[in-house]
Amino acid sequence: MSDSIIEVSDVTRTFMISAGFMRGKKSLHAVNGVSLNVERGEVLGIVGESGCGKTTLAKMMLGLLEPTSGTLRLDGQAVGSADRIQVARILQPIFQDPYSSLNPRKSIGDIITLPLKVQNDPNPETWQSRAEGIMDLVGLPSRVFNNFPSQLSGGQRQRVAIARALINRPKIVICDEPTSALDVSVQSQILNLLQDLRAEFGLTYVLISHNLAVVEHMATRVAVMYLGRIVEQADTETLFKAPKHPYTEALLGSVLTPEPGLGVPDTHLGVAYPNPIDPPSGCTFHPRCAKVMDHCSKQAPPTIGANDAMVECHLYADGAGKKARGKRARKGKRK
Amino acid sequence: MANPILEVENLCVDIEVPSGILHAVQNVSFSVAKGETLCIVGESGCGKSITALSLMNLLPKSAKRGVDKLTLDGRDLRELKERQMSDIRGDAMAMIFQEPMTSLNPAYTIGNQLEEAMLRHRKVSTAEARDRAVFLLEKVGITAARSRLGQYPHQLSGGLRQRVMIAMSLMCEPALILADEPTTALDVTIQAQILHLLAELRHEFDSSLILITHDLGIVARVADRVAVMYAGEFVETGTAEQVFNAPSHPYTQGLLRCIPIPGKTKRGEHLGAIPGIVPNLVGNMDRCHFASRCPYVHDACQSGEIALRSSFEKNHQYRCVLSPKACASNLKRKVVA
Repeated sequence: MSDSIIEVSDVTRTFMISAGFMRGKKSLHAVNGVSLNVERGEVLGIVGESGCGKTTLAKMMLGLLEPTSGTLRLDGQAVGSADRIQVARILQPIFQDPYSSLNPRKSIGDIITLPLKVQNDPNPETWQSRAEGIMDLVGLPSRVFNNFPSQLSGGQRQRVAIARALINRPKIVICDEPTSALDVSVQSQILNLLQDLRAEFGLTYVLISHNLAVVEHMATRVAVMYLGRIVEQADTETLFKAPKHPYTEALLGSVLTPEPGLGVPDTHLGVAYPNPIDPPSGCTFHPRCAKVMDHCSKQAPPTIGANDAMVECHLYADGAGKKARGKRARKGKRK
Repeated sequence: MANPILEVENLCVDIEVPSGILHAVQNVSFSVAKGETLCIVGESGCGKSITALSLMNLLPKSAKRGVDKLTLDGRDLRELKERQMSDIRGDAMAMIFQEPMTSLNPAYTIGNQLEEAMLRHRKVSTAEARDRAVFLLEKVGITAARSRLGQYPHQLSGGLRQRVMIAMSLMCEPALILADEPTTALDVTIQAQILHLLAELRHEFDSSLILITHDLGIVARVADRVAVMYAGEFVETGTAEQVFNAPSHPYTQGLLRCIPIPGKTKRGEHLGAIPGIVPNLVGNMDRCHFASRCPYVHDACQSGEIALRSSFEKNHQYRCVLSPKACASNLKRKVVA
């Protein structure tokens, strides 16, 4: 790829989980062989159920976790080799819960200027004016500069988190569920703000969310994760119009849009999200899949397609499962 | 309404706080018919959960409830003693809470907790209660139900725990189920499953359901009737079709503009927004509660309480000084926030 700002290649992260007293440890592959490219200026949405490895992947991009194997490159630099301070200059996070991600004993001004302090910014006399400038941009009144987080509303706190992320002019912002702790009316304000800031600073976003409507609205490309693997990637338009992987279909089917009279869809997904310590054999999705075939439980599915438009499913392997695929797949194939 | 299970008139809840009296719920009236689903929707702090808790008489000590009429299946609940009220809770009226991890007792097996309600309310043997528990666990889609009875809540996933909560609420075939954000802590796929299940079971047992949520998507799909709550008041009530297809209150209209809808809102474009913040509910407020954030605010909004008025259609009411005609034209106009 020509202009990738994040290159994740074949990254795996394994945690050793205690199986019980005196029972030794078991390994949990939180992220299992993920390859991903994020291009400059795009908004990559990562969706999936809780426990699928979205946040672990984000933490590795942030350099907060070391990958067990594989490499991550940020803007050409390998994450492991560059020191954390340098990574932080390129990439900044916005976390889910603005109530726990801000230090309650620091003033808003201190919180927003902390990245400058950490980066040893050479002009401390400009810090306050820069902080006020960025506060203005994110829609915070400058009178809250000396206030504490407890005096602000949830939406305002999230604005503080955004201001803190942007004060060093990073290239990439990782938004981990940026609005799921907020009310709808505040959510729309924050989403609008993120859009504006992206245009203003030419930012690249990695947007992690379980709210598919938000992802559809914000993202240019979407990656669907299931049990530590990316099972489908496509641009937003294609993914929402013609999902290929049965899991993506089920996810999209469970989006509840505010349209009365449609009822609650039946996702046919079955009850249990599998235990990630002991994942199913073959295709890890097969116990919940509506289009499961005989060999799904035996062989791991092949990866079909290139990096930026791929699906990992037996249905799309050559010659296999043409019948099971049905109409939808044919539509998707045409493109 | 033909056959109301629950009737509530002029429910008020006042909470004493250091700075005065906070009017958490003000003059809320509604009724729920047999087999009907009422959704109460609103943002955090609008008083939806307090409304539910006050129906169950589970309010914290600092809160005071005042209500003109509160009947469940014709029985007056206002003057009941604590002991009589606890006869009703879990029997005629059951509640499903938001966070299944904190509402199940971690020290008891789920079988124990399931049987408890039935043993408390009905003259049954433990074996009968256990059979009922197994029957309901199977109903809510839990496999190997009998062996699950010996498990503790921490051994179950979030979705399973919420299924156990639902089964628990159905133990005594309640006439009314109160579900407070039953799926907020769950994944979207599990959420769809749980809501599907809830709708099916409600149908099967012919219970009425009051579902409290902040998610307009859930409301549109599940509700027969909708009540939109803002700052302690019902600002709009009607059928799901009426409220979603012809929202009349400016707050409802604003809320519906705020949410991205795949296929309808345009990607990357600005969403609608409701500027400002929720007013402080401490002290008396003698004006429209939404006035400080309303794009159509004018002098009439500032004087006195605003009454509910009817729109063009039957049973569709909203709390605004604007005429139904003006509200309908607001809907078409694009508001620049």
